[in-house]
Amino acid sequence: MITRLLGGMLLLALARAAPGAASQTAGDADTRSREAFLKAYPVFMHPRCQNCHPAGDTPLQGEDSHVHDLLRLRRGPDGNGVYAMRCSNCHQAANGPGPHTPPGAPDPEADESRPAAPRWHLPGPATPMVFQGRTPGQLCRQLKDPKQNGGLAPDRFVHHVSTDPLVLWAWNPGEGRTSPPLSHAEFAAAVKEWLDGGGACPP
Amino acid sequence: MEKISFVLNGTATTVDVDPATPLLWVLRDHLHLTGTKYGCGMAVCGCCTVHLNGDAVRSCVTPVARARGQKVTTIEGLSPDLSHAVQRAWLAEQVPQCGYCQSGQMMSAACLLAANPRPTDGDIDDAMSGNLCRCGTYPRIRRAVHRAAEIASGGAGR
Repeated sequence: MITRLLGGMLLLALARAAPGAASQTAGDADTRSREAFLKAYPVFMHPRCQNCHPAGDTPLQGEDSHVHDLLRLRRGPDGNGVYAMRCSNCHQAANGPGPHTPPGAPDPEADESRPAAPRWHLPGPATPMVFQGRTPGQLCRQLKDPKQNGGLAPDRFVHHVSTDPLVLWAWNPGEGRTSPPLSHAEFAAAVKEWLDGGGACPP
Repeated sequence: MEKISFVLNGTATTVDVDPATPLLWVLRDHLHLTGTKYGCGMAVCGCCTVHLNGDAVRSCVTPVARARGQKVTTIEGLSPDLSHAVQRAWLAEQVPQCGYCQSGQMMSAACLLAANPRPTDGDIDDAMSGNLCRCGTYPRIRRAVHRAAEIASGGAGR
């Protein structure tokens, strides 16, 4: 009888403790996810990333993210510029030699029909994916929203930041340009931890 | 060195060069088409503009490997007899002063008109802002682009 009574009390105690424990675990996961995003945030806001995610319709350039020098550049209907001023008219599949030459990255879909094709563009106007000026909370909510991130589910988003040549270029930016503050492996791992943990966002 | 083939001004062409050689030097030094000019060498001035499959690329920074199997058009290939609307308009408006940048200007203008047959002043600025002219012929360039649009549409061109 005493054993049954003690067993019942123990079960009652566990039942009362469980919700709190679960909540604490969820809270910890949220905190870890949020901290992972905050670790990755300076990379998104670094000039190598932000310069092609401008608040306006003109790309930025340089360490101070000034408007692309002298030229009247436009995002264009597909994010590739307009008329004789398309991004890949100057930007090639690899960085130009020496300082102040156009940086470049390869198009992963290039084949024998389009050899040495470059991949260099802004996001299209329907989904401009603005980084410039976004607070951590604003950028976090934007990046995980498929309506604002180009339709990327979390696993595709992780794949994008892990493999896209334009993302990888930030760690091979050519002479005279700095790279983001984390290594690419650290950045990709932080993004994965953020999204695997539920994509928690700062306020 | 590597054999690289492309269609240049409508003619099948093969060159034996380092694939990283800028297209500009292949055109000028290997194929002796000197209408395309060297200006800055870093894609800033637009003097070296040619068409790659209709896009107005800067040939000074474009490796010839990118042209493999593609169509390249230079100022010499815009028309065989100066009959292209841009060439006629440039002559009618007497656009060039020193002339050094003008082949690049005309290739960019042709690219604009191929995509937009009736460009506004704003469209012209959007298309041509990357082609610099130290003589300052910009007002005549703008007039000539409008005139080329009229010629191409069948108008008399003022």
